[in-house]
Amino acid sequence: MKLNRTSTLQAVMGAMLGAGVASVQAADLEFYFPVGVNAPAVATIEALTNAWAAKNPQHTVKAVYAGNYEETTTKALTAAQAGDPPQVAVLLAIDIFTLVEEDVIVPISDIATSAEDKAWMSSFYPSFMKDATFEGKTYAIPFQRSTPVFYYNKDAFREAGLDPDSPPKSWAEMIEVGKKLVVKDANGNVTRWGTRIPTLGLGGAWLFGGLVVSKGDVLSTDTGTEARFDTPAAKASLDFLLQLAAEGVMQPGGISWGDTPKAFLERQTASMWTSTGNLAFVSENAEFDWGVGFLPGGDGPGAPIGGGNFYIFKGTTDEERAAALDFIKFMTSPENAAVWAIATGYVAPRPDAWEMPEMKAYVQRLPQALVALEQLPHAEREFAVFQRAKVTQYLVDAIESVLAGSAEPAAALAAAQKKADEVLKEYR
Amino acid sequence: MSQGLNRIALGTLAFVLAGVWGLPFLYSVWTAFHPEKYSATFQWDAPITLMNFVEAWQAAPFGVYFVNTIILIVTILVANLVLCTLVAYAFVRYRFRWAGFLFGLVMVQLLISPEILIVENYLTLSRAGLTDTILGIALPYLTSAFGIFLLRQTFKVVPRSLDEAAQIEGAGAWRVLWTVYVPLARPVYLAYGLVSISFHWNNFLWPLIVTNSPEVRPVTVGLSVFATVESGVEWSLVNAATLMTTAPLIVTFLVFQRQFVANFMRAGIK
Amino acid sequence: MNKRLSLGMAFVLLVLPSSLLVAFTHYPAVRALANSLWNNATSRRPSRFVGLDNYAALLEDEKLLQVLINSGLYALGTIPLAIVLAIGMALLVNSRLPATSLMRLSFFMPTMLPMVAVANIWLFFYAPGIGLASQILSSMGLPSVNFLGSTETSLVSMMVVAVWKEAGLFMIFYLAALQTVPVHLKEAARLEGAGSVRVFLDVVLPLLRPTTIFVAVNALINAFRLVDHIIVMTRGGPNNSSALLLYYIYEVTFGHRDFAYGATLTVLMVVILGALAAFQYRVLDRRTHYQ
Repeated sequence: MKLNRTSTLQAVMGAMLGAGVASVQAADLEFYFPVGVNAPAVATIEALTNAWAAKNPQHTVKAVYAGNYEETTTKALTAAQAGDPPQVAVLLAIDIFTLVEEDVIVPISDIATSAEDKAWMSSFYPSFMKDATFEGKTYAIPFQRSTPVFYYNKDAFREAGLDPDSPPKSWAEMIEVGKKLVVKDANGNVTRWGTRIPTLGLGGAWLFGGLVVSKGDVLSTDTGTEARFDTPAAKASLDFLLQLAAEGVMQPGGISWGDTPKAFLERQTASMWTSTGNLAFVSENAEFDWGVGFLPGGDGPGAPIGGGNFYIFKGTTDEERAAALDFIKFMTSPENAAVWAIATGYVAPRPDAWEMPEMKAYVQRLPQALVALEQLPHAEREFAVFQRAKVTQYLVDAIESVLAGSAEPAAALAAAQKKADEVLKEYR
Repeated sequence: MSQGLNRIALGTLAFVLAGVWGLPFLYSVWTAFHPEKYSATFQWDAPITLMNFVEAWQAAPFGVYFVNTIILIVTILVANLVLCTLVAYAFVRYRFRWAGFLFGLVMVQLLISPEILIVENYLTLSRAGLTDTILGIALPYLTSAFGIFLLRQTFKVVPRSLDEAAQIEGAGAWRVLWTVYVPLARPVYLAYGLVSISFHWNNFLWPLIVTNSPEVRPVTVGLSVFATVESGVEWSLVNAATLMTTAPLIVTFLVFQRQFVANFMRAGIK
Repeated sequence: MNKRLSLGMAFVLLVLPSSLLVAFTHYPAVRALANSLWNNATSRRPSRFVGLDNYAALLEDEKLLQVLINSGLYALGTIPLAIVLAIGMALLVNSRLPATSLMRLSFFMPTMLPMVAVANIWLFFYAPGIGLASQILSSMGLPSVNFLGSTETSLVSMMVVAVWKEAGLFMIFYLAALQTVPVHLKEAARLEGAGSVRVFLDVVLPLLRPTTIFVAVNALINAFRLVDHIIVMTRGGPNNSSALLLYYIYEVTFGHRDFAYGATLTVLMVVILGALAAFQYRVLDRRTHYQ
């Protein structure tokens, strides 16, 4: 529907301006984007996309919502393979290695070459640019970046006689506080858990990375060729997850990413660990007093950096690349970065966005939005290697098998390490 | 006396089974017609709303998805009816070398359906530049071994005398097919049509793999993209969308239920 | 009477229509075999012939072993259960109980829904703590079950979904068959003093045998063919406990982008289906097959 409107608009414009307009370097962009959080994300993206199209009547852009992150990457890759890639897409930051290996993206630093462009590229937070770079080239521009944060129900804290303004900071505190937050019914069945850390699938692996960071290690290094699963930090992290279940603080077994905000809002859990991108959703729907804190850490604060970046695809004309670059600049401008951050809860990826008046008003209204930004200095890049999907699956299997009680932490991590090394040795 | 007791016991069993069976669907209906905050809290006096349907309809291009699905199922159905008729006619009416072997080859598709071969079929489509088109979704399904099998069974029982009488009147192969075989197979066509429509309305994996843009997505793929769990879209909206996308099929079947059963019996599927 | 097929007619009636069938059934099967002998080439790994390496990997793939076990359990669990339930439903609907049309609607409704829709419905139904299933359990004083999140229950949960979706369709076939059971046979048995259970076992059940074979073959094919609910609900997890073979092929090929291994797994799938068909052909009634 929206597409029709844009193209009709363009046709009308074209007719009005006469044939001369054809010589303007027009491009038809196709833009794939995922949604990984509870937010009115699709509508916001479409509104921003339409705003760009209205400003640039010589171009068209079609925003294609393609599902979650994994599905969107799959779609973009299969489309590129069939010779019909999108010109521009928001995909997981950590998929950079896969995209480079499949040879489907162009370095943005090869397109954005003017001094002004370079200044623009250095206007983002360095922690977000780190995973946009490979072999000295910038391949991506940060857009929907996030860290997970600790959401907690302040009313539940009060009920349990806890200070609603001091969420747990360490793992030990998490267990201690968590036990007090658990509520059981007359039959002894739990009606409210102490906390909820998603442990299944890609979301589970992401949060697990944060546990490891808080123990002073990382799951992968910048080369994309090393997986660090078999480490004391990883083992301690698994032990912590097991302990949460063993102490009755968290529901045993695997916990899904998608249900988590709902469970929090339904008071099935007194706290949850999830993306700051869920902030808008929680703020809109919570019928209780709630707060946000740093993720409780092993040896201090620690979190993974996650989320999606803009990429420009190969198999595009120079005009399309120029238009795509302009589109990305528009979408990541301080004004629009603010719009996007406010609509979702994502961390606006550049300092000047936080200076926008509407952003300041937003932070005043919802101070919880600052937590993810403040946590950033303690955060490390999410697990990223070549053959990311396959190797992450080894980690996911290890976490899930340990939580299911079918493997010991040390053995599971060693097995995952062996498989990962087998895949990655080809790239070293 | 014990007959009566039996009847009561049986009735209770039937009632419980039907109730349990209907529960998940009724739950879905319930959430679709109530505001999101009641989706996990039951309250008999919860306000009823149609807003979920309105919102879901506006949130994704379901109208486009419906049109795509209809184009898809019509394309497949028409191709199936024509192509399967031709092949079945050949196998029934003509004598040729390797007929048995060739028929066996056709029947391979009953076992190894296109879904099993997604990897290579995707590559074929990709080489032909037909990914992300409705034709691409339809291609592997345009001929159907099941359709050929059904029609062959039906044509086989067409009395020879009718065929011969038509020939005596000077009818050629095509006329015989059109005036003798096809009319007698009408109930089978209807039954097959219903099966084909429901199969392709519901088909998901293959369309998921070969489509990228909303302009070609059928309803199943559109629904799954809309309902992506990670995006934590509201239950009430997902359920409204779910009901919306299946309503046309449900209505069709409620209308044709009797014919469906009757035709299957006549089609000789036992 | 059968005519000789002229070349022109053969072309129009056979070659043209079946070329599509060959292009999307036989050709890809052969092609999968060929591709399974090559590595998975990318921009950083040139394409090369690897012989049977992919098959060696198959033998060492622990996950595949689990997937095969899952697929076997899934087939063995869903098919008999769906058949027994379908027969039961057909008998109930065919009985002289009140409200049989409502019953039929309740049983048949899931069949009309796409598997994706069914998966959505059950996803919410299963949600631990908040879904209807948990609420029912808790109203009976039972703890909530993490249906999709624990390795013990995820596959069974998937099986329940599949049975719920399919039993109603099978019921229709049994209904059709029941209506063809001659009344005089049943009455003759009753006259000889047989109870209704006996009548069912001795008279009706044997007559349902062809339907059962038809339904079983269909259910078997579906058990391998239909993985939509796995994609929507569990993505094979947790710890691969609900991964079925076709899902694994999908994940390896389109998720991990390993087309060569995907082709190898496809070959394995075709071999398994071929073996099942051969088994069925030998063991089950030959006459019900393509005579």
